[in-house]
Amino acid sequence: MINHLNLNKIFTITSRSQKYILFLFIIVISVGLLEALILSPEDYKQSDAVRIMYVHVPSAWISLGIFSLISFLSFFGLVFKIKNFTIISKSFAPSGFLFCLIALVTGSIWGKPTWGTWWAWDARITSMLILLIFYFIYILSWKIFSEKDKAFKISSYISIIGIINIPIIKFSVDWWSTLHQPASVNFMSETSIHSSMLFPLTIMTAAFALFSLLIFLMKYNTELIRIKNKGLDRL
Amino acid sequence: MYGKKVKLRILFLLSTLILFSLIIFLFLKSLDKNVVYFISPTDIKSLPELSKKKIRVGGMVKKNSLVVDSEKINFVITDFKNEIQVTFSGTVPNLFSEEKGVVAEGYLKDRNFLIAKKILAKHDENYMPPEVKEALEGNK
Repeated sequence: MINHLNLNKIFTITSRSQKYILFLFIIVISVGLLEALILSPEDYKQSDAVRIMYVHVPSAWISLGIFSLISFLSFFGLVFKIKNFTIISKSFAPSGFLFCLIALVTGSIWGKPTWGTWWAWDARITSMLILLIFYFIYILSWKIFSEKDKAFKISSYISIIGIINIPIIKFSVDWWSTLHQPASVNFMSETSIHSSMLFPLTIMTAAFALFSLLIFLMKYNTELIRIKNKGLDRL
Repeated sequence: MYGKKVKLRILFLLSTLILFSLIIFLFLKSLDKNVVYFISPTDIKSLPELSKKKIRVGGMVKKNSLVVDSEKINFVITDFKNEIQVTFSGTVPNLFSEEKGVVAEGYLKDRNFLIAKKILAKHDENYMPPEVKEALEGNK
């Protein structure tokens, strides 16, 4: 799929772009945090507790997004035997796992003062926990199967089956009565977050996306170095 | 266009995916009532029998129904069709107030009375600054 020349070219791009992404990330997260923690107004009901939302919601979005990406790439990687796709998936997994964990932990911290409980076995929270377990098994599958071909296949199968969970998470609040409130940001209908609060939310999402991209580039670079060291001229 | 093997792989993956979706769908469908976190006062009215088990009832705290005394608080949960009286002693979460969502966990005494062991506030999907809220209420 990719010959030696291309491999070197990709490597140059992924190494050089890192510092620009890092620079951009620092700017965006600074603006985002300033907006989220200081400039944005407090909520009429939750007052300052609402600020947890600016970490909680973007992390959840990013972790869902990365898992969907992993699933699609793995699917096409398996079908067309494109190993590069699978390696991209592998490199995205750690940041997805991290953001999934952040979403659950911040949700728990937010839940205690507002709902009155750290944890509830409602559909949204449980399905999010299942996503975390899927991430965990996906990452683990790369570690336990030393045989490369086996690891490629099994991890891809895990991520493809895991995609079923994504719509369940998304629509859990509509299908069942849950303690978790329904979605506030909708593409089809009106958004129920005031624009002054939506702005920091968007900035924080961009910041987290950039962070994921940065971690991805580092991980992907490591994978490329590993391939190069093995003297393999193709992915 | 694509080789036979590619087509077979697509077929294999898609049918596996459909199979698993179906399994999960049937699994969730059989769980049915157990997936929901709470039931409404209307659901309680239509229960065939009262169980001794702990249940969760959710709805709105009815306006002007909240009575707080030194030992316990009493209020009414409504889903605007049916209501249930709730009594509770303990601390309530910050967002608990009249005309807001609530989930009460406890034991049914009868179809109209719940002895709550735990109160959870359920908040809605609306977020806005206090000034906007005031302006909205001014418009009403």
